[in-house]
Amino acid sequence: MAAALLIDDVTVEFGSFRAIDGLSLAIDYGEVRAVIGPNGAGKTTMLDVASGITRAKQGRVVFDDTIDITRSSESDIARAGVRRKFQKPSIFEGLDVRQHIAIGAQGGLRRILSPYALAQRVDDVLAEVGLADLALRPASELAHGQKQWLEIGMVLASQPKVLMLDEPVAGLTDEETERTVALVRKLRRPDRAIVVVEHDMDFVEQIADRVTVLHEGRTLFEGSMQDARADARVVDVYLGR
Amino acid sequence: MKPLASDRPFQLLLAVVLAVAALLAVSMVTPLGISAYLANAIGQLAAFAVLALALDLIWGYLGILSLGHGLFFGIGGYIVAMHLLKHSSEVTGRVPDFMQFMGWSSYPFYWAGLGFFPYALLVAAVVTILISGVFGYVSFRSRVDGVYFAIITQALVYVAMLLMFRNDTGFGGNNGMTGFLVLFGWPIGGSGVVIAMAVVSVLLLAAVLLGCRLLLGSNFGVLMIATRDDEVRLRTLGYETLRLKLAVWCLSALIAALAGMLYVPQVGIINPRLLSPELSLEIAVWVAIGGRGHLIGAVIGAMLVNALKFWLSAAAPELWPFILSGLIVLVVLVFPNGLVDLAKLKLTRPMGIKRLASEPELR
Ligand SMILES: Nc1ncnc2c1ncn2[C@@H]1O[C@H](COP(=O)(O)OP(=O)(O)OP(=O)(O)O)[C@@H](O)[C@H]1O
Ligand SMILES: [Mg+2]
Repeated sequence: MAAALLIDDVTVEFGSFRAIDGLSLAIDYGEVRAVIGPNGAGKTTMLDVASGITRAKQGRVVFDDTIDITRSSESDIARAGVRRKFQKPSIFEGLDVRQHIAIGAQGGLRRILSPYALAQRVDDVLAEVGLADLALRPASELAHGQKQWLEIGMVLASQPKVLMLDEPVAGLTDEETERTVALVRKLRRPDRAIVVVEHDMDFVEQIADRVTVLHEGRTLFEGSMQDARADARVVDVYLGR
Repeated sequence: MKPLASDRPFQLLLAVVLAVAALLAVSMVTPLGISAYLANAIGQLAAFAVLALALDLIWGYLGILSLGHGLFFGIGGYIVAMHLLKHSSEVTGRVPDFMQFMGWSSYPFYWAGLGFFPYALLVAAVVTILISGVFGYVSFRSRVDGVYFAIITQALVYVAMLLMFRNDTGFGGNNGMTGFLVLFGWPIGGSGVVIAMAVVSVLLLAAVLLGCRLLLGSNFGVLMIATRDDEVRLRTLGYETLRLKLAVWCLSALIAALAGMLYVPQVGIINPRLLSPELSLEIAVWVAIGGRGHLIGAVIGAMLVNALKFWLSAAAPELWPFILSGLIVLVVLVFPNGLVDLAKLKLTRPMGIKRLASEPELR
């Protein structure tokens, strides 16, 4: 099976501190992979490397088996089809909901969609993330959960091949979390890989095919959520706390 | 941003600006009691308003504060001054005074052709784009922004000032350039010409105001606001924000240069003090006082502050720094969004708080 995203022996240092230490990880098309681990384990940093925001000191990141994106710019990576939602909901305070989705759908300065196709796509995505009724609402007026969905919508509007979600249910109510579970399940496709970083284990259990447990910048465990719960080291550094 | 068709405050301001232009134009044929002195003051205010719009475009809508926009204002000003002197020489047959002091009997080579206005216009545009383009590219490329960018722009304008103070550069040195005699063949001091310059300035103010508004209302404007609000987010959605910022930065510089080209013929002199860091700082103050991120705020701020300055520089020049500082403190403490806050307060009170909440502040 082809790896959608390959992280190959990546090391990231901030000064003398190693946030990621020779990490290797392969994510396949069609799967939903959860990346879990204690605070500071390097989960967000890993996504930062994959999206071009932070540079690896060593190692490579390969998209779709052949495209080396280790040194590519953020916008090139995004246009190639690797997109992410940030841990802190990142939206544009001065724009309305619809404008956000349109920006995501157009996905670059060069227009790829005709006005008609764009409007169509935006409507579809708005419906998919459940924000159709709020299309003309300024994003600054949305509730926290709605901002999370707005950002997911913005990211998925370009139909990415690799979708990375950093803590999509942080701060959400149980009901909102349920809706996000349904959303993520709908987003899984044979030609797409989804990476989800989360601390909410019930959520992870419901969506993930496999989990990777990070600890101090390294892979501690990889396998099913069930096995992770049974793993003594995982319980020791993370789940047991 | 509201659609232009329903943006009443903007329409109102544009109508006022156009009405002023019309009044001035009419007063050239039938006396309306508008003296050449008043027309000249209005024309200068219009040039400052254009300059404020240039800054608001990048500061208010792109989040990039420049404290060096006097540089581009100066480029426009210097090149139009060179044009006017060259043109005047064609009438008098002599080189300008400052060159005679230097013992030069002919113009340096880089003055060639500047007597031809379209060429001067082209030179001003090319020089502005070149300087702003190189500077912008290098800064944005290395992701310099915020306070660092502001400080570098301030340093840049300061360096330009020092350069212009030198007498051997052929730009008039510390005395600058003055003694403009003719404008397109007309004596520049005649009241008809003075008023005509004011009309053109006010009309160009209207054009720039409308142009900026249309730009901001377009898809491109949406991307500008997105860049301002969260540039990393926009980049990771596939947008090359470097290009976008560079384009707007150069456009802003061009508008500032245009303002300089309007300003200098009307004051009749340019010297390196136009490039002093104070002026560049003051532009930001005008915009902040009017309300940044609202084009009308920039225009109103520039007009009010400069009108006050005109009046005080005659009545009590020593008070000016205190009054300006007082205004800044007032704005920072009481109206963080500038005078636009004040207008909103008045407009919305009768309709209740709800209305205010349904029209959130742009930022
Ligand atoms: N820009 C930076 N400069 C210095 N240190 C950083 C930087 N970014 C992250 N770190 C450090 O790297 C480590 C990993 O951070 P990271 O954000 O990847 O953790 P995380 O696994 O996402 O944690 P959390 O679950 O709390 O979000 C932390 O110790 C953090 O303090
Ligand atoms: Mg994190």
